[in-house]
Amino acid sequence: MTKTPHISVQHLDVHIGAQHILKDININIPDKKVTSIIGPSGCGKTTLLKSFNRLWDNTADVKITGKVLVDGEDIYAPDAEVTRIRKKMGLLSQRPYPLPMSIYDNVAYGPRIHGIRKKQVLDQLVEEQLKATGLWNEVKDRLNASATRLSIGQQQRLCLARGLAVGPEIILGDESTSALDPVSTAIIEDLFISLKEKYSIVLVTHILRQARRVSDYIIFVYMGKIIEFGPTEEVLLNPKEELTKEYVKGYIS
Amino acid sequence: MNFRLLKDKILSKLMLVFTLASVSLLLVIGIGLYYKSIPIIQRLGWTELITTSVWKPLKGLFGFFPFIMGTLWVTAIAIIIALPLCLLTALYIVEYAPARIKRILTPFVNLLSGIPPVIFGVWGVLFIIPLIQVHIAPHFVEFSTGYSVLAGGIVLAVMIFPLIVSIISEVLRTIPQELKDASLALGATKWETIKKVILRKALPGIVAATVLAISRAFGETIAVLMVCGNNAIVPHSVFDTGYPLPALIANNYGEMLSIPSYDSALMFAALLLFIIILLFNIISRVILARLERRLAA
Repeated sequence: MTKTPHISVQHLDVHIGAQHILKDININIPDKKVTSIIGPSGCGKTTLLKSFNRLWDNTADVKITGKVLVDGEDIYAPDAEVTRIRKKMGLLSQRPYPLPMSIYDNVAYGPRIHGIRKKQVLDQLVEEQLKATGLWNEVKDRLNASATRLSIGQQQRLCLARGLAVGPEIILGDESTSALDPVSTAIIEDLFISLKEKYSIVLVTHILRQARRVSDYIIFVYMGKIIEFGPTEEVLLNPKEELTKEYVKGYIS
Repeated sequence: MNFRLLKDKILSKLMLVFTLASVSLLLVIGIGLYYKSIPIIQRLGWTELITTSVWKPLKGLFGFFPFIMGTLWVTAIAIIIALPLCLLTALYIVEYAPARIKRILTPFVNLLSGIPPVIFGVWGVLFIIPLIQVHIAPHFVEFSTGYSVLAGGIVLAVMIFPLIVSIISEVLRTIPQELKDASLALGATKWETIKKVILRKALPGIVAATVLAISRAFGETIAVLMVCGNNAIVPHSVFDTGYPLPALIANNYGEMLSIPSYDSALMFAALLLFIIILLFNIISRVILARLERRLAA
C-alpha cells in the first residue's frame, strides 16, 4: 500500500478492569473496502471497533495502550481532538437509536453541530443522505415527524444517513443488522456494498454468511488476538490457521 | 376448586380493596375539609374569602389572598433556585462524576432528605436570615429583617433538593448509553449531547420531578414557618415577609376554638391548600401527557 491507510492499528492493548480484552492488535484496514471483523462472542470484536473512534472514553476502568492511527494521526495522543476524529467515522450500532427529534433533525444533527446553519445547505444534505440510504421516497412527505415513528429497518437506515451527513471517510458497523428483519437486513447489506465506493467500511458481525456476502476482507479475532486477516474467500474457504478453520466450520463459537 | 388458585384470587381482590381504600382516602379528606369549612364559606362566600386581603379574625374578617400569595411566592422561589442546581447536580452525578465520587455523592444527597425539617428551619434562622439581612437585602431594599419569602424559598429549595436530584438522576440513568454514543460518534461534545439529546429525552421526567417537588413544597410547614416572617400581607418583593397557608394552620390551630369562625377559617385554609395541590397536579398531568405525546409524535 503506497498511501497511508485510513485506519492503522499498532500494538493496541485494551484492558477493561482486570480483563485483558485486546492483545497486541496490529492491522491496516484496507481503504474503500468492506472489512468484517468476525469471531465468537466476547472475543473483543466490538471492543476493537469502538476503539477506532474512542467510544471507550466515557467508560470507567478502560485502559488503552498502543496506537490507532486515523489518516496518520494517533487518535489516543493527548492532543488529539476527539470530536474531529469521530466526525471522520459514521457509527451504526446494533439497534437503531434515533435521536429524540424529527427525521429531518436527525440527519441535520451532525452538520449543525459542526457549524452548518444555512437552511438550503442543510435541506440539500438531508435530501442527499436520505437518498443515499434509500429512505427519501419513504419519508419525504413527513420529514418533520418523529424519527421513532419509523419502522426499525427504516430507523437503522436513518441512523446511517445521520452518520453519513457529517461527511465521514469511514463507516463502522457494530452488528448493525442484528435487530432487523431479513428484508431490512438485505437492504442494509446492499447499502454497505454500494457505499464502499466512497467509504472504508468496517463491520463487526457474528453471521459468517453476512461476512461472506458483503465483505472484501475478513479479520478473525479469537480471545483478544487477531488470528487471521485476508481477503474474504481466502479466510472463509481456505483458512491458513487451525483456529480459523475450526471457527468457520462451526466447531468453536 | 384448586386451593392455590383460590388463594390467588382472594389475594388479588384483597389488594384491590386496599388500593381503593387508600385512593378513597383522598376523597374522604377533601369532603371532611369541605364539610368543616361550610360555615365560613356560607358566611363570606368563596370570592370574598379568596380575593380579599384583610385578616382580622377578632372582627370576623378572613381574607385568604395574602396566604395564597405567600404560598405561591415561597414555592416559586424555591423551584427557581432548586431546579437549575438540581439539574446540574444530577447531570454531574450521572454523566460526569467518576465512579468513586458517584459512590460518595449519592448517599450524601440522600442524607439531606433524611434531615428533619425543623433543623432546616433552625439553620435558616441562624444562617440564611442574617445572610439576607446583612449581605443580600441592603443591595436591593432599604430595610429587611431577613425574615422573608426569599428566606423561605431558600430553605425550601434546600429541602426539595434531594428529591429532585434523585428523581432526575433516575431518569437520566434510564437513557441508553447507545443513544449518547450515537450523538458522540457524530462528533458532538458531551455538553452538546446533554443539551440536545439527553435533556430532550429526559424532559418528561424532569417535569415530573418538578411537579412532585412543587407538591411537596406547597405543604412544607415548619421550616418555612420559622423563616418567612408570618405577616398576613401580600408580598410584593422577595424581601417581603410572607405567610404561607401551612404556616397559618400550624401557628393557630391551638387557639382556633377561642374565636368564632376561626376553626372553620383554618379548615378552609387546609381546604385551599388541598385544592391548590390537587389543581396543580391535574394541570401538570395534562401538560406531561401533552409533552409525552409531542415527543412521541
